[in-house]
Amino acid sequence: MITSKLKEAILSLRPGRVTLKYPFAPHDPEGDFRGYPELDTDKCIGCGACAAVCPARLIMIQDIDQNTRRMVRLLERCIFCGRCADVCPEDAITMTKHFELSTDSGREDMVAECEVFMATCQRCTRCYEPANPLDKIMEPGFRDDEIKRGGQDSPYEPIQSD
Amino acid sequence: MFKKLCEKSFPKSLWVYHCNVGACNGCDIEVIDVLTPYYDAERFGIKLVASPRHADVLLVCGPVTRQVVPALKRLYEAVPDPKLVIAIGSCAVGGGIWFDSYNIVGGADTILPVDYYIPGCPPRPEAILHGVAVALGLAEKEIESVHLKQLLDRPESVPVEVESLYS
Ligand code: SF4
Ligand code: SF4
Ligand code: SF4
Repeated sequence: MITSKLKEAILSLRPGRVTLKYPFAPHDPEGDFRGYPELDTDKCIGCGACAAVCPARLIMIQDIDQNTRRMVRLLERCIFCGRCADVCPEDAITMTKHFELSTDSGREDMVAECEVFMATCQRCTRCYEPANPLDKIMEPGFRDDEIKRGGQDSPYEPIQSD
Repeated sequence: MFKKLCEKSFPKSLWVYHCNVGACNGCDIEVIDVLTPYYDAERFGIKLVASPRHADVLLVCGPVTRQVVPALKRLYEAVPDPKLVIAIGSCAVGGGIWFDSYNIVGGADTILPVDYYIPGCPPRPEAILHGVAVALGLAEKEIESVHLKQLLDRPESVPVEVESLYS
């Protein structure tokens, strides 16, 4: 019995140290890991394709005036799927490998807002004309999405911290 | 403030109680992953306990369904003071892709006072370890809200007041 225990001990010593040193030493994700989606404001043309495909509907577009578009991204509910980076015609969104997103001050740390300048059409003097007539009826004038965060219409009383 | 509270009240180890309030199980699997010898959260004194009455920390995974709200409130009351709540996963942080579903409340902090947020869907085990390190004061948070502008000198542009969205 003792020999079997000894054997077990020797066997379990063989692999050596397997534990990752992670919080004390950096450990970069390998492969095609997708982390924080970063937006390059200089490349973005404000087309809104990313807002249309985002499954979490976290990209909200508001037009401040004729040619300035504000994009508010509530990345707190981002699922890092990469669809926004996929559809972006200008490759303005890159999925970085940044995963250390934990915070102690609240979800507003994940909000990313940007303002982009949109070139005006020489013919219609508007920025983007909807592709088909139906969309034109549905979306007259400028786009002004409501910023909707998870739980804002919650009917429940939250427990207050003491 | 929570950091100080944390350092004062938990000098030795954090015992965690893990609850699933509507998660798809992705986050739960990652939490279990963090406790394996490879990631080994137990070296920080973290231990999974079976009863909320033994716990210091509540790990919340999932967007909080309406069904589970009373149970979650009772669970929170059952944890002895001082207690911390850690929201794991995009669901618990902000409601995830279900933030406005009919059966979802949308985020753990609509019900509980959440102290630490770990976004990701699911967060990779290293991300959870980073959250633990932030909670224990071993690491600094690395994320901040971003406000970018293409045109710097536009007079009429007023940034969205992020704080007002969350009050
Ligand atoms: S990665 Fe997915 S969820 Fe996140 S912003 Fe892009 S499309 Fe939306
Ligand atoms: S980030 Fe890309 S897809 Fe999104 S509005 Fe800008 S150019 Fe369009
Ligand atoms: S954050 Fe993603 S993995 Fe975690 S419970 Fe929600 S959907 Fe599942």
